[in-house]
Amino acid sequence: MHNIWVITKRELGAYFGTPLAYIFVVIFVALTGAFAFYVGNFFERGQADLQPFFLYHVWLYLLLVPAIAMRLWAEERKSGTIELLMTLPISTIEAILGKFFAAWIFIGVALALTFPMWITVNILGNPDNGVIFTGYLGSFMMAGAFLAIGSCISALTKNQVIAFIVAATLCFLFVMSGAELVLNFFRPWAPEFLVQAIASMSFINHFDQIVKGVFSLPSFIFYVSLIVFFLFANVIVVEQRKAA
Amino acid sequence: MTLLVEADRLSKSFGAIRAVDDISLRVSKGEVLGFLGPNGAGKSTTMKILTGFLEPDSGSARVCSFDVVEHPKEAKACLGYLPEGAPAYGDMTSRGFLEFIAEIRGFEGAAKSARIASAVERTGLQGVLGQRIDTLSKGYKRRVGLAQAILHDPAVLIMDEPTDGLDPNQKHLVRKLITDMAKDKAIIVSTHILEEVEAVCTRAVVIDRGRIVADGTAEDLQRRMPYHNAVAIKVDAARADAVAGALSALSSIERVERLPSANGHIQLRAMPRNGSAIATDVAALLREKSITVEEMFVERGKLDDVFRQITTSDVGSGNA
Repeated sequence: MHNIWVITKRELGAYFGTPLAYIFVVIFVALTGAFAFYVGNFFERGQADLQPFFLYHVWLYLLLVPAIAMRLWAEERKSGTIELLMTLPISTIEAILGKFFAAWIFIGVALALTFPMWITVNILGNPDNGVIFTGYLGSFMMAGAFLAIGSCISALTKNQVIAFIVAATLCFLFVMSGAELVLNFFRPWAPEFLVQAIASMSFINHFDQIVKGVFSLPSFIFYVSLIVFFLFANVIVVEQRKAA
Repeated sequence: MTLLVEADRLSKSFGAIRAVDDISLRVSKGEVLGFLGPNGAGKSTTMKILTGFLEPDSGSARVCSFDVVEHPKEAKACLGYLPEGAPAYGDMTSRGFLEFIAEIRGFEGAAKSARIASAVERTGLQGVLGQRIDTLSKGYKRRVGLAQAILHDPAVLIMDEPTDGLDPNQKHLVRKLITDMAKDKAIIVSTHILEEVEAVCTRAVVIDRGRIVADGTAEDLQRRMPYHNAVAIKVDAARADAVAGALSALSSIERVERLPSANGHIQLRAMPRNGSAIATDVAALLREKSITVEEMFVERGKLDDVFRQITTSDVGSGNA
């Protein structure tokens, strides 16, 4: 635990030591608000909830989380610091968790800074704050899943741009896997259970459930399993490719 | 002597390239091992295996009697490593970086400050602690890497080309640091700068294409040179034949070579039989025959020549 925390602290310092952190936070807060008001018709709906706000998180994460994750390992490999890090008395898992938590905490901070939305909706009406809390939690879990994918992809390359594009594409496939666009590709030849399985991987479907206030345990388990799976893959990738 | 680094028959391939081929090493406390070889000979790969960064395909390595594959944390805890080019987190300040290293090495509070202060003092980093590592000069960056490696006062210190690309003053500083620490550590230094071996190392291992081709002190290596202990004298061209004849007559001299030299002088090189010391014999002969010489010196066999001789043995085959 101690080692994980030391690495998390260093990584957080690295985020806030560069303009990246502030740009990210400002853009994230501004865009979530803008989408909620202009695209989500926050006012026109006349309902005291944050559904139009949460609805667009998935699209923002699609763009912004890979941007946060791309540097996690690609930068270490490019600058050679991976050799320093991996010859310190820590395990690969500790290094991966330390970095992952730092990025996740960072996104959590950005997410927490959208609190004016919550204040606004509480002033305007009497929303169900339990639903809003679940929504935030679901959003945070979804960001974690995006991040785990991005971290794993980042370890595959020295090039941050490649890491970004590949991670964003992979995340997009996960987001869209419930849509006809993706499913129609599999329907003609894949057995029905496989199509169903792919559809159930959809980020949107799981997130919709949570945002609507259904605290659906399977959806949380889905995000947690995705995080665990991709971080596990991340360990293998780092161990195999650290020298390349 | 405590054996601190042991490597047994290490091998490692990258695709078809055999980077490390059956390398065995022993380094004890108090030894400074110079790891020599041309670029791409496998020095860095061997060091990466010893420090637990890479796993060997076969063979095993132990640091402070901990196997680097079986017990990586314990092995890594007792060694300090300066990777090639001294990589460090450029967006951190020197102080922040050293604090990170100290914390991950398990130091807290007063012990942490004391460790950092001592490493900073030994590497002369006092003036740049608040500066971002990205903005430091190459010499200072290297010192930050060194400070990081010695921070926990490790029993084993492994440095990959610590003086590469530094100016002579900085090289001197790094070498002095190595010499100062040599007494109670086992140190491995890779280099392709041969003067370094003479300056700091108690032993040198030369590797070429992944294999150990020589192992001994700097003097042992010099002895491998055919010119070792040969006496070179410079005489007037007119008298060269007579002198050469007189020298050849000495029983301790195997043969005399003639080397062209400028300004009407000829350089003669008397090769000793079995590498023995012949300077006194030659001097006595010259005195006896009243031969005046312009110049006379004993050839040591330059390490550079030894190096080239043992690492370019089959350049002709085209795969060197």
